[in-house]
Amino acid sequence: MSAGQPPLDSPEIRRLTPVIGPGYTYGSVTDKISAIVLTRPTSIGWYIGFLIAFSVMGMMTVAIGWLIIKGTGIWGINIPIGWGFAIVNFVWWIGIGHAGTLISAILFLLNQKWRTSINRFAEAMTLFAVACAGMFPLIHTGRPWMAFYMFPYPSTMGIWPQFRSPLIWDVFAVSTYGTVSLMFWFVGLIPDLATLRDRSVKKPMKIIYGMLSMGWRGSARHWHRYQSAYLLLAGLATPLVLSVHSVISFDFSVAIVPGWHTTVFPPYFVAGAIYSGFAMVLTIAIPLRKAYGLEDFITMRHLDNMAKVMLATGLIVAYGYFIEFFMASYSGNKFDVFLVQQRLHGPYAPFYYALILCNILIPQLLWSFKMRHNVAVLFIMSIVVNIGMWLERFVIVVISLTRDFVPSAWGRYSPTVWDWATFIGTMGMFVTLIFLFVRVLPAISIAEMRELVAETSEDEK
Amino acid sequence: MQHLHRSHIYGVMGEFGDPAELIHAVEKIRAAGYRRVNAYSPFPVEGLSEALGLKRDMVSTICLLGGLAGGVGGFFFQYWVATTAYPLNIGGRPLNSWPAFIPVTFELTILGASLAAVFGMLALNKLPQPHHPVFNVPRFTHASADRFFVCIEAKDPKFHLAECARILQEVHAHHITEVSDD
Repeated sequence: MSAGQPPLDSPEIRRLTPVIGPGYTYGSVTDKISAIVLTRPTSIGWYIGFLIAFSVMGMMTVAIGWLIIKGTGIWGINIPIGWGFAIVNFVWWIGIGHAGTLISAILFLLNQKWRTSINRFAEAMTLFAVACAGMFPLIHTGRPWMAFYMFPYPSTMGIWPQFRSPLIWDVFAVSTYGTVSLMFWFVGLIPDLATLRDRSVKKPMKIIYGMLSMGWRGSARHWHRYQSAYLLLAGLATPLVLSVHSVISFDFSVAIVPGWHTTVFPPYFVAGAIYSGFAMVLTIAIPLRKAYGLEDFITMRHLDNMAKVMLATGLIVAYGYFIEFFMASYSGNKFDVFLVQQRLHGPYAPFYYALILCNILIPQLLWSFKMRHNVAVLFIMSIVVNIGMWLERFVIVVISLTRDFVPSAWGRYSPTVWDWATFIGTMGMFVTLIFLFVRVLPAISIAEMRELVAETSEDEK
Repeated sequence: MQHLHRSHIYGVMGEFGDPAELIHAVEKIRAAGYRRVNAYSPFPVEGLSEALGLKRDMVSTICLLGGLAGGVGGFFFQYWVATTAYPLNIGGRPLNSWPAFIPVTFELTILGASLAAVFGMLALNKLPQPHHPVFNVPRFTHASADRFFVCIEAKDPKFHLAECARILQEVHAHHITEVSDD
């Protein structure tokens, strides 16, 4: 930093890039955010976007329907590659969800005010991503209607799940994550649902929001317990979010397959999850603020901070790639060394190089202040990182499975049209849910924005 | 006359424009000796709980109990499955392979604690509660947007309609209203 510049936390800098635009009152933030749901007419753009997303989701429905009729043989998987797209996509989607919890829980505990306007839709994104993710292991079982076998229940067959298996840990981690994320999101929504109940004019809306808000009346006694519960949930969700991707990485690292059996997996999976998650938050936030004129609420400060988180977690991921290489070479284990060479020179080497380009090289542009403040660059960057993180999971799953210990067990993998239809279809489902969410629920937490208004007006005094 | 009134009114409510006025009013009313007082605000107001003299809430205790139940129950459930209900001899390895049970124990601890925190909070708040007398005040819809309310409840032993209205006037409340109890 040059001598003439004020320190980064000074009021001058804060005023330059505030977390909320100037001149807002309790009433005006309430009006502006609730209007998106209650009074603004649904735009043509919304209908077009929704229809496209819904059609893509329809493709997924067809693909899964055909899968249920024919079985997993319609996919590109076969021994030795039993995992393929289903697991690649599962890990990718669940990773995306992690940013939502990080923003809502960890940044809440760290008292970061800038989380306020992005936490609601980031949490929604988490829920929808977990829904997309959860579908893959389910349909990958081949008989999804038997999925309840994974849960421990007293069956007449007298069998129980194998609790020593990472795949069962996964069931518990993901279902707990889904449940806690849903509760966290819903608890945050209760006061806003009360606002919508009080402000909607049409009777059916009043009834629906009224039932959902459960009679919330903003009583000080209620807020008192509400704040305790919210803080506790944040404290519980923080270790939870770190555990979920660790447990998912155990699916790999507990196995002895070369390239999977490494201790760096849990932390590097968690960092990768946050990396891709923040990329997805940017992918959603940038069009959202544009479409609904929310530039005063989701300011450049938010985008800048998210870009910095991406840069930091991207570097942790880069460190993970480096350590994988280093440990394989240093161990002298010939299978590990061979696997690393296969990443560089094997049939899937182009994917590996593309992954390095997307996840390590291109994001280095984020060191530049100008790039972090260019919305178009950030949007493209977020897509690039999402592609990169998907490639990472592809490389991990496919290269290790196609090149394990003996050449007779080697193979090749390529996805079929049904693999692609299912994968792209889940993106349609994700976007469909996002479209519905912004239409019927406040995409920004109104109660927390009022708190922010109160705090900023106190700062000015 | 006053006696008749008390049976069908819930309390007297006054309205305020900002959190500082609300806290000031609550402090004044409590200092005058009223105990059945409640405030309503569109967001959690810092210092309001202290002004109302609210005690430590039970949510954290319930959360702890939920977490313990989830963790202890989760661990011993796995222990029971692995050693009693469905023992599998895999190369003579010990049946109680407790380190392998830790991930699920951890997840169930979090799940138990979170469920307890959320449902405990809702239960202590007596929610869902579809109707409450304060909703009878037409301007109360602003309690979820931009206004702050104080209500002195009729259950207060000191409650006297005119007296309560006077003290609310003293702290500069707007729109002082009687809250009917039905």
